Parts: sequence; C-alpha cells; structure tokens
Amino acid sequence: MRKEWTLFLTFLKIGAFTFGGGYAMIALLENEFVERKKWIEKDDFLNMVAIAESTPGPVAINSATYIGYKIAGLFGAAAATVAVCIPSFTVIFCISLFFDQFLSLTWVSRAFRGIQVCVIYLISFAGLKMLKSIKRNAFNTVILLSVIVAMLACTVFAVSFSSVYYILICGTAGLAIFFLKKLRKGNDN
Amino acid sequence: MIYLKLFLNFLMIGALSFGGGYGMVSLVRETVISNGWLTENEFLNFIAVSESTPGPLAVNMATFIGSTQGGILGSFLATLGVVLPSFIIILLIAAVLKNLMKYAGVNAFLSGVRPCVIAMILATAIGMAISTLLGFANIHSALAPDPKSILVFAILWLTHFGYKRIKKTAPSPIIMILFSAALGMLLWGV
Repeated sequence: MRKEWTLFLTFLKIGAFTFGGGYAMIALLENEFVERKKWIEKDDFLNMVAIAESTPGPVAINSATYIGYKIAGLFGAAAATVAVCIPSFTVIFCISLFFDQFLSLTWVSRAFRGIQVCVIYLISFAGLKMLKSIKRNAFNTVILLSVIVAMLACTVFAVSFSSVYYILICGTAGLAIFFLKKLRKGNDN
Repeated sequence: MIYLKLFLNFLMIGALSFGGGYGMVSLVRETVISNGWLTENEFLNFIAVSESTPGPLAVNMATFIGSTQGGILGSFLATLGVVLPSFIIILLIAAVLKNLMKYAGVNAFLSGVRPCVIAMILATAIGMAISTLLGFANIHSALAPDPKSILVFAILWLTHFGYKRIKKTAPSPIIMILFSAALGMLLWGV
C-alpha cells in the first residue's frame, strides 16, 4: 500500500507542475523515479519513453500508467493515472465555469485577439520543430506533402475528411512499403 | 444523449492521437468544431489556456468541453474517455505484449504515422493562419485579411528569431502568450 500511496502523491505533484505538455514531464519523471527513488532502471525508463511516444494518447498519461504498473501492478497503474489527471481536471473545471464571463471583459477580449494569433505561431513552431527532426527520405517527403496538400484542399473546398483516415492510410502505407521491401528481398534470394 | 457522445468522441481522440503535444491538435479541432462545441476562435482561446495551465491538451480539452456541454458528469466522462485508451494499451504492453515495439510490423505502421502527424500539425497551422489572418474560410467565402492579426503574427516570429539569436533557445510559450496579450490590448484598444 505504501508504494501505491507514494506513486499517487508523486504523480499528483508531477501533474500539477508540468506545463507545456508531456516532454517537459519526461525530465521530471526521470529525476524522480530513476535518480532519486531508484525504482526504475535507466534502460527500462528509456524503453518506457519510446513506448509512451509511439502509442496513442498523451505522453503524460502513457508514462503514468507504465511507471505505475512497473512499480505496483494494476493498482499502481490506476493510482498514478488518476493522480496525474487530478490537478489539470480541477484547474480546467474551475476555469470552465468562469471562462465566458472572463472573456466578456473588454480588455481581456482584446488580449485574446493577440493570443489567438500567438497560438497559431505556437502550433506552426511545434510543427516546424518536428519537421526538422524527421529523417529526410523519399517516403517521408511523399507522405508529408500529400497529407498537407490533401488537408488544405479539403479546407479550401469545404470537404470534410477526418484526420482519423489520414492516420490509418499513412500507417497502412508504412506497412505496405515494409512488406514490399521484404517481398523484393525474398525474390532476390 | 450528450454524455455518451462526449465519452465516445473523446475515446476516439484518446485512441487515435499519436505524437504527443500538438500531435492531437487536428483531430481535437475537427471534433470540437464539427460538433459545434467551440468556434475556431474559441478553440484558439482554449489552446492558450491549456498552454498556461498544467496537463496535456487532449485531457484539458476533454475536461473543458465536458464541463461546458454536460456539467461535472460530462466533464468526468469526457476525461475518462480520453484517458481510457492510453491506460488499456499501456497496460497491455507492460503486462502482455512486452516486445510489441520490437515487431517490425508495428514499427512499419508507425513509420507511416510519424510524417503524417507532422503534416497534420503543419496543415492545421496553415489552415488556422489563412482563416484567422486572411479571413478565408473556404472557396464559397470572400477573402477578408485582418491587418492587425497579420502584424501580430509578424512581430511574434521576429521576436522568436531575435530571442533565439541572443539566448540560443526558443522563447517559452507562456512568455510569448503574455507578450501577445499585451500586443492585443495595445492594437485592438486603440
């Protein structure tokens, strides 16, 4: 029981102080569980980061579930996951009750005209940063360009086509290329 | 039945949003706008709130939309929906499929998803820019550029590059949000 309680409190703390999404949290988690408490080995932690980034869902939730399970099984996973959600749930729930009134103040609504533009800058910057980190090869370039063109065309011509399909189509394309390569290798032998 | 709708929509976001951070922005945007839960401007406002408070965008969005559409119960169900897929998938990997990441097929699938997510973030940013800065919604509407917004956008990018040149690192999102708030009060106040 003690481990579950410590997990709960630690993830509550981490949930309350991770501004700016999951990546800021990875460093905090490493400091807490690998260096200070020594509950997880460095290799296992790096493995966890790779899994949390490649599976769907927010990185914060994925890492909480994984670390919770590794340390204290199913109950630990539940304790860590619930704890990491509590701070943002509470804060956002309170904001949701007053947000409209807050925005109806003249100065606030003016400030938000500027902030809306800032969010577009933030998303562009995040996308460009990820673009820099990806390998430059023909497959990635084709996927990148076709998805951007298709999405913008859908916006311009007011056609609705869910992002879900882009993800599934591109994943399938990745699989298809992989099997084609395998097939070609098989034929060579 | 709003509760079921909230739960299922956010369940889908939780199950299909790859890439962390803004990886989920296009799916979340589509969901909340097509359901009429938020307008484009309200969506941008909320992202700023989410950036300035702790927690991932998808979870924050679920709590917020849940609360405004269905009170505390809606808020709880939407948040549960967005978290549940992660919880189940990670438990499966940690307990049963320990080597999932080593299967070549899984990596092949992800190798297609990765560039797709980046493209979706960029296309969302471009889409938001043409609708907010240029006032262009779709082919059926006229162009209505907003000079003040375009000016703010230019100032933010110039500040970004200036800051990066001096400090060697990008400015923090919160500082940029505060700066843009000041610009907004100044430009739209006069």
